[in-house]
Amino acid sequence: MRRLILLVAGLALVAAACSDAATGRSTTAPTPSTTASSVATETPAYPVTIDQGGRTVEIAAAPERIAALSATHVEMLFAIGAGDRVVAGDLYTNYPEAAADLPKIDSFDLNVEAVVELDPDLVILSFDPGGAVDALAAVGIPTLLFPGAASLADAYEQVRTLGRVTGNTEEARSTVADMQQNVLAAVDSAGGSAIGASVYHETDPISFYTPNSNSFIGELYAILGLVNIADAAADEFGSGFPQLSPEYIIDADPEFIFMAGFGEDPDSLAARPGWDTITAVREGRVFLLDTDLASRWSPRITELLWTIADAVRAAN
Amino acid sequence: MAVAVVPTRLRPRHLGIAATVLGAAVVAGVALGPASLSPGEVVREFVDRLPFIAVNSGLDDRGSAVLWQLRVPRVVLGALVGGMLAMAGGAYQGVFRNPLADPYLLGVAAGAGLGATIVIALGLSSGLLLTAAAFAGAIVAVVATYGMGRAGGSVSSGTLILAGVAVASFFTAVQTFVQQQSSDTIREVFSWILGRLTTGGWSEVRLLAPVVIVSGGVLFAVRRHLDVLAVGEEEAATLGMRADRVRIVVVLAATLGTAAAVAVSGLIGFVGIVVPHSIRLMTGWSYRVVLPLSFLGGAAFLVTADVLARVVVSPAELPIGVITAFVGAPFFAVVLRSSRRAA
Repeated sequence: MRRLILLVAGLALVAAACSDAATGRSTTAPTPSTTASSVATETPAYPVTIDQGGRTVEIAAAPERIAALSATHVEMLFAIGAGDRVVAGDLYTNYPEAAADLPKIDSFDLNVEAVVELDPDLVILSFDPGGAVDALAAVGIPTLLFPGAASLADAYEQVRTLGRVTGNTEEARSTVADMQQNVLAAVDSAGGSAIGASVYHETDPISFYTPNSNSFIGELYAILGLVNIADAAADEFGSGFPQLSPEYIIDADPEFIFMAGFGEDPDSLAARPGWDTITAVREGRVFLLDTDLASRWSPRITELLWTIADAVRAAN
Repeated sequence: MAVAVVPTRLRPRHLGIAATVLGAAVVAGVALGPASLSPGEVVREFVDRLPFIAVNSGLDDRGSAVLWQLRVPRVVLGALVGGMLAMAGGAYQGVFRNPLADPYLLGVAAGAGLGATIVIALGLSSGLLLTAAAFAGAIVAVVATYGMGRAGGSVSSGTLILAGVAVASFFTAVQTFVQQQSSDTIREVFSWILGRLTTGGWSEVRLLAPVVIVSGGVLFAVRRHLDVLAVGEEEAATLGMRADRVRIVVVLAATLGTAAAVAVSGLIGFVGIVVPHSIRLMTGWSYRVVLPLSFLGGAAFLVTADVLARVVVSPAELPIGVITAFVGAPFFAVVLRSSRRAA
C-alpha cells in the first residue's frame, strides 16, 4: 500500500514538473498545495493573508524591513525588486552583490532577540530551529517559513508568494516566467542527448545521502531525461535523499557525476578507492557544480540547470 | 575483582572455535554488499591472488575494485578495530581490577574524541595527525580518570567509574563546543562520533596495523602479570613483580591501541566490554585466555556488526556504533546485575 502511495506521489511530481516545463508560460496553474496564493490580484490589497499549512500569517501593510534569514529568499527578494527592503540575511547570504554587506544572522542557532533587535516588520526563515516562529509571533513580528522546495513548482510558488507579500506581484510573475522559459530552453538545448544516461549527484561525500528524482535537485536531472542512480535505492522516509554507499555507487556505474562541492572535486573523487573504475570518471564526465547554486532554490537555479545541460550536450 | 582468577592455559579447542567464528564473519563480510558479486567469482578472485596461481575470476575491473578497494580493507579494518578495542577493554578490566572498566567508561574514548575533533575542526585531518591527537587526548583522559579515582588512597571500582564519567562528560562538553565553533566540519565530526568503517581503501589499515601489532603484542606479553596482579598487589610483590610498572605498561599499551582504533573508526562503543566478558563467562577469568580470545572475538564481533550495518538498510548504512550499542547496552545491564550479585 505504501509503495502504491509513493508511486502515485512520484507520478504527481513528474506530472507537475512536465506541465511546468512544457507550457513555459507565466500563467501556469499553481500546485494544489498552495491554494492561498492562487488568487492572483493585480493590485495587492493589504492586509495580505498567507496560509502556511494551517498557520495563518497576516501582513498588515507592505513590509519595509525584511529580515530574510535564508540565502535563497534573499536572492528571490532581490530578483522581484524588493531587495532594498531586506535588512538582514543569514550566514550564507552572498548574492547578489548588494546583499553581501547585509547584517548576517545565524539561522541554525537562531537568537530570536538578535532578530528582534533589527526591528523587522517581516521575518523569513527556511527552517525553524525550534520554536523560533512561535517566539517571533509572540513578540508580534509576522514570520513566514518557506521550507526547502521539493520541486521547481514549489520554488515558483515561493517566488509568487513573496510577490504577494511584498506587493511586487507583477515582478514576481515575470521572474517566474523567466525561470520557466529558461528551464524550457535548457531542456531544449540538451535535446534528447541525455535521455537514458545515468547520473549521480553528490551532495554528501561523507555519508552519501543522495537526491533522487523526487527531490528538488533531482528534478533537474529528471527533466533532462537523465536516470538517477539513487532512484533504485530505498527511500524509507520519503525524504527524496536516500543514503547510498560507495560500493553501491561504483556498482551502479553512473555515466555522469555532478558534484556540489563540500571540499571535494573531480580529482579527489577519482582518487577514492575503486572510484576510478566508474565510467563517468574514466571518460572525464565528472563535473564540479557551484555549491551555492546547488544548495539553493533561488531563481539562479536555472544557471545550474544550464551548467548540467551544457555538460551533457558537450559529452555527446 | 570478586571472581578468583585461576591461571589457565589457552586451550586449542577454544582457540579453534574463536578462529572459526572469525573466519565465518570474514567470509560474510567479503561476500555481502550492495554490489552483486557472485560467490564463485569472489572465490576465484582470491585464488588468483595466491602465489603461483593464475585463474580468470570473471570479475571485471569494477567488481575487482569493489572487492579489493572497498570490501576486503573494510573487513580487515573491522577485525583490527574490534580486536584491539576488545583486547584493550579486557586489559583495562585487569589492570583496574574492575569488571566495568572499558575505554568508554574511563573517558579514554571521549579524550580521543576531543583530540580528533580538534584536528578535524582545524581542517588537518591527515591520518597520522588524527591518530596522534586522539592518542594525546586519550592519555590525558585516562591519567585524569585514574588520578581522580585514586584520590584518597586505594582505587575502588565505584570511584574509578565515577571519575571516568566526570572526565568523559568534561571532554565531551569541550568537544561539543569545538564542534559548534566550526559548522563546516560538523557533519564529518558527527559521522565520526557515531563510528564508521566506511572510508574504505587501505590507508586506515596501514595506519592502524602497526599500532595493533605493538600494543596487542605488549598486552599479550604481560598476560601472566595480569593474572598475578588480579590476585593482589602484595602477592605480586612477594613474587618480585613491580605492580605499578606493569600497570603503567598495560595502560599505555591499551590506551595507544584504543586511541588508534578510535582515530580511524570513530567512537564504537561496547566492544571493549561485551567481548571480554563473554569470553570470561565461556572460558574462565585467566588473562592468558581472555586477552587472545578477546582479540579474535572482538574482531569477529565488529566484522559481524559491520555486515549488519550495511545489509539491514542496504544500500544505506547504519552507523556501526548503533549496532554495537544495540547489542552492548542490554549486555551491559546483565554484567551489572551479575557483578553486583558476585560482590
